[in-house]
Amino acid sequence: MSGIPHDHYEPKSNGEKWLHSRLPIVGLLYDTLMIPTPKNLNWMWIWGIVLVFCLVMQIVTGIILVMHYTPHVDLAFASVEHIMRNVNGGWAIRYIHQNGASLFFIAVYLHIFRGLYYGSYKAPREVTWIIGMLIYLMMMGTAFMGYVLPWGQMSFWGATVITGLFGAIPFVGEAIQTWLLGGPAVDNATLNRFLSLHYLLPFVILGLVIVHIWAFHTTGNNNPTGVEVRRTSKKDAEADTLPFWPYFVIKDLFALAVILVAFFAIVGFMPNYLGHPDNYIEANPLVTPAHIVPEWYFLPFYAILRAFDGDVWVVIAADFLTGGIIDAKFFGVLAMFGAIIVMALVPWLDTSSVRSGRYRPMFKPWFWVFVINFFVLMWAGAMPAEGIYPYIALIGSAYWFAYFLVILPLLGVLEKPTTPPSTIEDDFNAHYGDAASGNGPAAAKIPAE
Amino acid sequence: MFRKLVISTIAALSLSSGAVFAAGGAGYVENYEFSFQGPFGRFDQDQLQRGLQVYTEVCAACHGLQYVAYRNLSDEGGLGYTEDEVRAFAAQFEVYDASIDDWRTATPNDHFPQSGLETAPDLSLMAKARAGFSGPYGLGLNQLFKGMGGPEYIASLLTHYTGEEVEQYGTFFYENESFPGGLIAMAPPLWDGAVEFADGSPNDVESMAKDVAAFLTWAAEPRMMARKQMGFTAIIMLGILSVMLYLTNKKLWAPVKARAKAAAK
Repeated sequence: MSGIPHDHYEPKSNGEKWLHSRLPIVGLLYDTLMIPTPKNLNWMWIWGIVLVFCLVMQIVTGIILVMHYTPHVDLAFASVEHIMRNVNGGWAIRYIHQNGASLFFIAVYLHIFRGLYYGSYKAPREVTWIIGMLIYLMMMGTAFMGYVLPWGQMSFWGATVITGLFGAIPFVGEAIQTWLLGGPAVDNATLNRFLSLHYLLPFVILGLVIVHIWAFHTTGNNNPTGVEVRRTSKKDAEADTLPFWPYFVIKDLFALAVILVAFFAIVGFMPNYLGHPDNYIEANPLVTPAHIVPEWYFLPFYAILRAFDGDVWVVIAADFLTGGIIDAKFFGVLAMFGAIIVMALVPWLDTSSVRSGRYRPMFKPWFWVFVINFFVLMWAGAMPAEGIYPYIALIGSAYWFAYFLVILPLLGVLEKPTTPPSTIEDDFNAHYGDAASGNGPAAAKIPAE
Repeated sequence: MFRKLVISTIAALSLSSGAVFAAGGAGYVENYEFSFQGPFGRFDQDQLQRGLQVYTEVCAACHGLQYVAYRNLSDEGGLGYTEDEVRAFAAQFEVYDASIDDWRTATPNDHFPQSGLETAPDLSLMAKARAGFSGPYGLGLNQLFKGMGGPEYIASLLTHYTGEEVEQYGTFFYENESFPGGLIAMAPPLWDGAVEFADGSPNDVESMAKDVAAFLTWAAEPRMMARKQMGFTAIIMLGILSVMLYLTNKKLWAPVKARAKAAAK
């Protein structure tokens, strides 16, 4: 790993030297684990470890579930009940896997919001951000296909609605939809390929996670000040950082243990709270549920999808200008995917010279409105598309796009940022000098230099 | 566009789906108390046994319980019957056995029969497939405190018939305040004294409704007691681990923070 100067692995014994000259794997692991990490990282920097834990947990529980699951339209639902009732500990494995998806998404959203607030996406970390967005897209695909596997009512109708989105693509949409489903409708072929891909994608995610870690180990971690670690000498770098092991591993594991207490309270006492009761009814192509909703983690994007119906002027304009090629349905699909694309492009949309939101007075309120808006969209996505809800979803969707396409580019020009501390060491010393000495902020603001 | 999709799907399928489904509108659900609610709640073994009796004598006439096996009646954390009692219970029933192409006496390994009446849904998972509580405003906060509302829905459904009958297209529907849409095809199944309990427990409609709702909750989630046990074990172990990691972390960082404090002065 290049970047921040630090001690590298030195093989000592003959055995170590023998291996190191042939495969420097111990050195790779050592450098990865001992990476110099900014010592001022706050508690929002724990989600990476939580996410790695989630991925491993989902893969392990998933592999066990597949041993007992039957991917066939007539048997899938019963095989899940078989897991819940007859397989030893099957109910625990299945409830952990089911709620593990929710923990995974809670962690990924906090991780993304952390990056958006502290400007972690900015140069030189654009590639880390893009890889992260790819991982997030893959997670959504994996979660969606996993939700289809129990073959309940929401599985079936969710799959019908979501694969129907591809049918909205002009000219080739229907052909693509048929190709995705393996037939004219959601059926056995769909279930089989969804299981296959649901098993494959987590390993693709695992590969991307390694690239994600590789990328930010090359650039070094961002930190709450957004100030880079000094690379002028090893001594300077050591004043700004601490090795990942043991300082951050122990800190992150403590956070993980606390989060898992909450997680097991949900699994143990209310495992179906985040699910939909209709999924305990076997899929029936002849009975449509009164109200089809995706899982909570898709709701903000589902709201954006539904917000752009045929009554919205931009949709009417797009329909008119493209001669009907972009109709309301296709517009909604474009908006939903566009919402993620603009987020992926944020390294180039944010024009501010200051990285961390902590030193951007105008940015802060817009950011927190963005966060609140995310929850409003989530709520609007869960409500029926009638009455006032489509308008709320439309306003929320407009803000989502405005935040990335208008507000962030303009703020960089209009805003007068405050001055970040000159080094991470200063920030760290000021924080602990202030918090511990009790002399008030005045003492903290004057670093001993 | 989504609305269009759903409406067209519903339109295409409305001929085959039941008329009652189209009516919509959630019904009134009473927040009955059950012994198994909350993290510390446990199934009341006597209540489950009474519920099984109500199910067997009343519900089973039309409904099925296909995912539950007779042997489950002796499972731990459930009805608590002995294996001999289960064998005797199963022996009352006949099952069709494909391997001998004939009917034979049921054994503990056989499952309860499927629904005998095509329009009567299987009840194995009904207590998890219905959420009586929601809101406020679609936020789902009520469910945090009241639970999902499955057993409450079942008990409410059985106790909230108004006594009115409505004829639609030659079929009789019964007005029910708890059923979504308000009209249910099932005639009121319970009446005071419909089932005689051996121990003389109250057998008014509400008591029986709660008993059978408890039994169906067990049928839908037979491992609930083990699940809560796991929850407590995990929370205690992880709680201890959290405290230990907190202290380790504090000690680990103490010299670093002390140096920072000294440097700031």
